[in-house]
Amino acid sequence: MASFKPTKIQVYPKLGEKVTQDTLYWKNYKAPVQIKEFGAVTNIDFSPVAPHNYAVTAFTRIHIYGPFSQEPVKSFTRFKDTAYCGRFRSDGQLLVAGCEDSVVRLFDVSGKVALRMFKGHTKAVRVTDFTSDRYHILTGSDDYTCRLWDIPNSTELTSYQEHTDYIRCGITSKLNRDLFITGSYDHTLKLFDARVNKSVMTMDHGQPVESLLLYPSEGLLVSAGGRYVKVWDLLKGGQPLVSLKNHHKTVTCLCLSSNGQRLLSASLDRHVKVYNTTNYKVVHNFDYAASILSLGLAPDDESIVVGMTNGILSIKHRKSSEETKEISGQQKRRPAYRVFVKGKNYVPKQDDYLVSKPVKQHLAKYDKQLKRFNVSKALDTALETWTRFRKPEITVAVIKELDRRGTLKNALAGRDERGLSQLLNFLVGNLVDPRFAPVLVPATEMILDIYQSVIGQSPVVDVQLQRLQDLLEREIGYQQDLLEVLGMLDTMFTSSLPRKEVPCSETFYRRF
Amino acid sequence: MVEHGDIRVVHRGGSKINFREPVLSHDSRLLLCASGECVKVFSSSTEECVHDLQGHTDLVTGVLLNPSNHLQAYSCSADGTVRLWDFTDGILIKVQLHCHHVSVQPLSVSVFVYLLMCMCVTLTRLLSSSQGEYIASAKGLHLEVYFFKKQKSYRFSLKEDNKKGAKNTFTCLSCHPKDDCIATGHEDGKIRLWRNFNHKREYTYSTLHWHHSAVSSVRFTPEGTNLLSGGVESVLVQWRYNQETQKDFLPRLGAAITHIAVSPDGELFCTAHSDNKLTVIQSCVKVSAVIQGLVKGESVRTDLMVDPRSKALVLNGKPGHLQFYSLQRDKQLYNLDIVQQEYIHESGLQQFEVVKAAFDTRGNWLATVEERKQKDSTLELNLKLWAYDEQTQSFVLNTTVSGPHEARITAMCFCHTADSQTTMLVSASQDGHFKAWQLESNHYFYEGPFWSCDFVGAYHSLVPECCCFSADGSLLAISFQEVVTVWSPASWELLTTLSQPPGAIRDLCFGRQSCSKYLLGTTAKNLLCCWNLLTCTLEWSTSMDVSLLLSDPLSENMAAFCSHAGLFVFKPSEPRPLFSHKAICSGKVTRAVFAPREEMLESCEESSQWLNRSQLYFLTQYMDLMTFITKAEEDRLMASSKRLVIDDSVAVTPFYLLLGKHRQQQQEKQDRSFSAERNQLPQGSVAIKELLHTPAHVLPSASFLCSMFVRSLLISVTDKEKKSEEEEMESDKEEESECEMEASTMGQGQTAEAQETAAPALTKAQARELRRVKKLDHSWLSSLLDS
Repeated sequence: MASFKPTKIQVYPKLGEKVTQDTLYWKNYKAPVQIKEFGAVTNIDFSPVAPHNYAVTAFTRIHIYGPFSQEPVKSFTRFKDTAYCGRFRSDGQLLVAGCEDSVVRLFDVSGKVALRMFKGHTKAVRVTDFTSDRYHILTGSDDYTCRLWDIPNSTELTSYQEHTDYIRCGITSKLNRDLFITGSYDHTLKLFDARVNKSVMTMDHGQPVESLLLYPSEGLLVSAGGRYVKVWDLLKGGQPLVSLKNHHKTVTCLCLSSNGQRLLSASLDRHVKVYNTTNYKVVHNFDYAASILSLGLAPDDESIVVGMTNGILSIKHRKSSEETKEISGQQKRRPAYRVFVKGKNYVPKQDDYLVSKPVKQHLAKYDKQLKRFNVSKALDTALETWTRFRKPEITVAVIKELDRRGTLKNALAGRDERGLSQLLNFLVGNLVDPRFAPVLVPATEMILDIYQSVIGQSPVVDVQLQRLQDLLEREIGYQQDLLEVLGMLDTMFTSSLPRKEVPCSETFYRRF
Repeated sequence: MVEHGDIRVVHRGGSKINFREPVLSHDSRLLLCASGECVKVFSSSTEECVHDLQGHTDLVTGVLLNPSNHLQAYSCSADGTVRLWDFTDGILIKVQLHCHHVSVQPLSVSVFVYLLMCMCVTLTRLLSSSQGEYIASAKGLHLEVYFFKKQKSYRFSLKEDNKKGAKNTFTCLSCHPKDDCIATGHEDGKIRLWRNFNHKREYTYSTLHWHHSAVSSVRFTPEGTNLLSGGVESVLVQWRYNQETQKDFLPRLGAAITHIAVSPDGELFCTAHSDNKLTVIQSCVKVSAVIQGLVKGESVRTDLMVDPRSKALVLNGKPGHLQFYSLQRDKQLYNLDIVQQEYIHESGLQQFEVVKAAFDTRGNWLATVEERKQKDSTLELNLKLWAYDEQTQSFVLNTTVSGPHEARITAMCFCHTADSQTTMLVSASQDGHFKAWQLESNHYFYEGPFWSCDFVGAYHSLVPECCCFSADGSLLAISFQEVVTVWSPASWELLTTLSQPPGAIRDLCFGRQSCSKYLLGTTAKNLLCCWNLLTCTLEWSTSMDVSLLLSDPLSENMAAFCSHAGLFVFKPSEPRPLFSHKAICSGKVTRAVFAPREEMLESCEESSQWLNRSQLYFLTQYMDLMTFITKAEEDRLMASSKRLVIDDSVAVTPFYLLLGKHRQQQQEKQDRSFSAERNQLPQGSVAIKELLHTPAHVLPSASFLCSMFVRSLLISVTDKEKKSEEEEMESDKEEESECEMEASTMGQGQTAEAQETAAPALTKAQARELRRVKKLDHSWLSSLLDS
């Protein structure tokens, strides 16, 4: 004898972004920790040595946070005005920072008071960095100059006055102590060589340059300015390699993932985008609450730190492998394997007489009702709050099944105010969903037919019906707009296609 | 045209077994049912066909047990004869000739009555009562009861419609075997129990209502304690007679019940179902056997196909299923559930139906299309792809594409190449597009291989009608109304179009093997065209009204069925047809298929050579499955059927043949080796016979009999001693009567004694006892027999 065949729940393909390796990798972070700073967070720099503390420059302070602390490990507060660009030396011992008052300060990470103060700039110093030999400091300022300073003597070595606007970003080579690159609001990037005391390469970015990044090999340079991120090939004399326009506001910060495979860019449009560095396609996207000014990535991508204009520092830590497992483990039911397997792994002996027990078919609640032909009850069960909101496809499948049985009208009829408003609520939520519309539109027509007479008797139902009407009007408007757009596109395509010289103009297109 | 005498069109299985009520034999072991031109005898326990009773030359219209001899059965047929059979051995006993239409319906215990009825079609049911006093018939809204003794008939009528709009038309009736009660079933699902019908006016009836649509069969059990009813709901309902509120149900019998039969002892029920199925039910509780014939609906929507693996014929089965039907064994192998939805047994519901199916060359993939069209809503279409699973030996659903096209799918075919790495399916639809589906191996979201759309093509927004792959899979021909387009599946380029001569293309077929350069098509203007694809020109065309064109996958041969049921078998390269036959059946041939043979025939005759590798099966308008058979093959079949003489009512299963042969051999061996010893055994001993034939409850206790039984088996007593014993026994006769009472009471003690004195020779007392026991047995037995 045949058993009852349960209602088939249609599996719809998941909409939205595709799940790729990148999505899995970049989604594997915990919920962000948010720390309120005193002002906009302008710079984040990770210490290159072991605990990988990071310096956060915000307003007049620089805070140093440990990898997992939510309180600053250390604070430098001796700034007269807004501090800029706190950066660690490659041994993690010293920290340099510029300031609005044009003084560059050098701190010992363990100390509190500035070890050296470099005075010479006339305007705010926005860029500071150590050279790779650790004895010099590069600074760039709003007075259009960039200078090199000697740490032991605390003297200015050279000053370069080639830029014609504010210098807002700069980076030193990690491989050569004499090379450094600066970017300015005069739209240019300049590669300076300290040995010849002038710029050896100039590249035009086209927009005020906000951020610079050198690849570990230092063959490629990435610059960000305006809405563009541009990649330059330094080995080919500063030839532009690729120009990316994926943000819709100024890109403020660049960062490279630890293995150099992915490039991250942060922008005032509140997004952080992740690019693949082989084909420069966006592979992932993070959303934040406010415009982003600074971005930092811990070594091994252990955490992503983002500073925003509203002074909030957001830290996301990577989930450890145990945590990932733990979460999936929590979803399982507690009484585990042992209970369910009880007696099942018993191997019958040779002479044992086996009595087979019929396997009981487990049916969902709505299926049990359908089996008994209780159509109204089946619909009620399918309309239970949890199902209705979380799994609308189940409700739709039951409605479809009832329609197939020709008993949908009976199931829909005879509902009280509560039941009807529940039903209408579901329809308002799902009617215009293209996946459900073919099933729900006839059902809605049926409901309107059945309950025509009760319109005006209950304010609750009337409100729902009004909502339904509004929804449909809006949807019709959308559809009309879309058709118009489609018509426009068709004309454009037709005019752009070259005329074919084939007697039979067959149309074919490949679908992926 | 040459008629070939040695090739004949024959019915090949798959006839209806639910046409008339099945009959269960007296011992409930055999089940008889009318099936086409013969009566089939099934074993009710093993579901196997024991034998066919062949002899009628037309449709058998009824089968009935002979009331006077329960080993005989009558059958009547539309050929105008009534035949009497010994159904256990399958021997025809008697033939009675009658006029044109004979239908045996009445059931009577005392006399066998058969009626000649030309009107049998219009009468719903005709039954006579248990005692043969009256006969009841129902037609339309009238119930008529005719009393034999009074020679009078009463007519009871119901109103055409009662207030609720229900229909009162009679659909079936059954007479109570003991009481004067007639149960009738009605169109609206009610059952009426009529009583007191020997008066014109004072008749009464009570109504039972459970069925929601027409009751198709009612039947009283032989004792009259229960009433069985069934209908389209496929639920067998058992009503207690006189306690009608109590009812038992046996639900989910699979398809609408058309007939119910009960074995004479009331143990087994048998229901016939609309899907050509007989179900044997043990006392309304358990389905013990299912005999499934070829399921035939009104039409076969899928083509006839042959499963490349099992070589079974595949076509629409039960609603929403595909059936695999073994042509060799005339038996349904299994049903594949395509729709996988609960079937609602209700008339007038639009349900999903399988409309297209296709196998790939190796039988690894099966593609099915199911559709459901409601009156005013959109068409629902599903394309399903099934992978053959080696472990479970069946097809497993791999991909479901809901809504593969916007309109009905007109044609679907797999790419035929045997050695290609990629499998391809092409579907053409009325929405003006054709789509190519390909197996993809990996995807980020789904595990394992799955099917996805590879290409969508169209031609001048015309509707594609047929599609066909060439033998090597390098070309795809699709007909768009009057134009045949040829595509290259590798690059999806339109290679060429063929539009001469004009006329809408109805059928399209590539040649095979040496003729693979030819493309054949039939047009609506009664032309059969053959294009040469090398030159892209019309090779030849002939005026012929072809309704069906198909190619033999194992040879170059093509078969063309004309609309007047003519058949031409030809090679595209040769001008002369290999075989032609006029009017192979009445009506049009709707579907046909070439089925590969299990073993090749070695026929040298030119006319029958085309049947060597494969056999041509076709379905007629009336859903008869027919085939062509050569003379030689027929002779061989006859010879083999004669060899299999079955003396037992047990069905001849392969298992039985194997085991039975083995057992026979063993028996022969034993007989040879033990024949000497066995002769010495006292087989004919009266005592043993008596002992074994007396019912157990009248025998003395076993412990008492044991020793005597054992002793009787010993051969130690010589003839002389026996004689002397006999003399003694005679002399002791007087004492017997006195001791009778004691024997039964003292039984226990005496056995103990008997065991102690286990001497080879019998003592006098013991011999006397033995005789006393014998005497005792006889008296009990005789009393038992008398009562």
